[in-house]
Amino acid sequence: MTDIKKSNTMLEVRDIKRDYELPGGLFKPKKIIHAVKGVSFSLERGKTLAIVGESGCGKSTLARMLTFIDEPTSGDLIIDGEKTDTRPGHLTPEMRQKVQIVFQNPYGSLNPRQKIGDVLGEPLLINTKFSAAERRERANEMLVKVGLGPEHYNRYPHMFSGGQRQRIAIARALMMNPKLLVLDEPVSALDLSVQAQVLNLLADLQDEFGLTYVFISHDLSVVRYIADEVMVMYFGEAVEYGTRDEVFSDPKHEYTRTLFAATPRADVESIRARVARKKTASAA
Amino acid sequence: MALLQIDNLTVEFETASGWFRAVDGVSMSVNSGEVLAIVGESGSGKSVAMLAVMGLLPWTAKITADRMLFEGRDIQNIGASERRKLIGKEIAMIFQEPIASLNPCFTVGFQIEEVLRIHLGLDKKARRERAIELFRQVGLPNPEERLNHFPHQMSGGQCQRVMIAIAIACDPKLLIADEPTTALDVTIQKQILDLLMSLQAKNGMGLIMITHDMGVVAETADRVVVQYKGKKMEEADVLSLFENPKSNYTKALLAALPENATGDRLTTVSQYFDGTHEPAGTSA
Repeated sequence: MTDIKKSNTMLEVRDIKRDYELPGGLFKPKKIIHAVKGVSFSLERGKTLAIVGESGCGKSTLARMLTFIDEPTSGDLIIDGEKTDTRPGHLTPEMRQKVQIVFQNPYGSLNPRQKIGDVLGEPLLINTKFSAAERRERANEMLVKVGLGPEHYNRYPHMFSGGQRQRIAIARALMMNPKLLVLDEPVSALDLSVQAQVLNLLADLQDEFGLTYVFISHDLSVVRYIADEVMVMYFGEAVEYGTRDEVFSDPKHEYTRTLFAATPRADVESIRARVARKKTASAA
Repeated sequence: MALLQIDNLTVEFETASGWFRAVDGVSMSVNSGEVLAIVGESGSGKSVAMLAVMGLLPWTAKITADRMLFEGRDIQNIGASERRKLIGKEIAMIFQEPIASLNPCFTVGFQIEEVLRIHLGLDKKARRERAIELFRQVGLPNPEERLNHFPHQMSGGQCQRVMIAIAIACDPKLLIADEPTTALDVTIQKQILDLLMSLQAKNGMGLIMITHDMGVVAETADRVVVQYKGKKMEEADVLSLFENPKSNYTKALLAALPENATGDRLTTVSQYFDGTHEPAGTSA
């Protein structure tokens, strides 16, 4: 265990699996869905791992296991050099503080009846002995860090745009000073211009707090921009895993290539090629 | 003569704080056999403009236009019954959420045959044959069997294929696709876009593609209209839009694409373009 602690590894996952059981009926045998079928990776401190795949490939299940929402069926989760006991009731509060999650839909992940100040103060209220004034001060500091302001403290989620809400969700995740942030499609629901702002914010926060990101996305252009390492998942398995440049320049697996081929290209060269193709087709 | 010609279209909604202008003096035209992409972020009025063309806006919306012509016919002031003859037959529309836009209570076969019965008056046998042919055309496997399926028995991509089959059932002259692939995975998106493009080329229909995805624009469009806050920012053919964007907003949008990132931060729209000011030199 000590040798892991010395090294610079923030997160190590060894052969993690998750099965879901569908209950059977009178004549229907029960069915087991292997959502994640043995995934292993390790991630250095301050780096970003992007997990790519289409819906139903198990990437969100993996995120749920990393953040202790779901218990793995088998496999080890080593966070910050410590092997985590994920059985219910065995998780230490310190461990929970180290890992936080930001969800995809900022419209669904904030309680509409809770003021932003309370959203940010609640983790402190539960986990620390800070006074109300201290909680308020910290919430305001965090609001400034994510590009909002103290004037937003007393507002409700419906008063914010999607991008601002995602900032609030990020601020909430950062309140307990986590080391590992799991981002489950954090920009998929956002417009292009807002997406750029949120991605910049994430990069700024990573520099400031030395955060490690697990970034789940289906958008390869975003992944290419943000990731240090990339893992491609397909039907619960990691079919491709390597540094960004390795994966993008030389994809090994058939599915990765299909994925790259399917991604629309917005560069001038490919448009020119397409327009030329269309012209010859219509002339013929 | 253009297939669809819109001059100076304005759509307003009454709100508690006065009239809100969702579409502000937009003009555009589409020719047969042409693919026009309307790009914009959420709230730019790109969908509302097309819903106004279809006559699908609620009566509370105030629609004014100098001209709204389809094949030279006025479609602004036509009666409901006349419009019903036009919509679904000559002009068809595909929506973003394929599963939500099909009726869950009826089989997909019933829903496609309904269109054929009302608009073409085919008898039962002919309807069934045509439905099978259409399903085959959009690439649904086992079309005979598929007709008896309900929407919930199909995946999102398959439902979108059914929607496309219904839309092209009467060989429309104009097809409006409102974010047809936003809810789908990239690999499925590719299939659906390919299908739309091949149908468009084969039937020689006009296609209006409403999207927020610059990648989709680059892959499909002949001509592009960029919209922002209800106003038309720019209109250009696809190559010159990407190569040499005129309006600041388009420049900003293209710079915010992660694949165009230079350095370690993305350019945000606000760096180029201050939304509070009227951008100079836009043709509206």
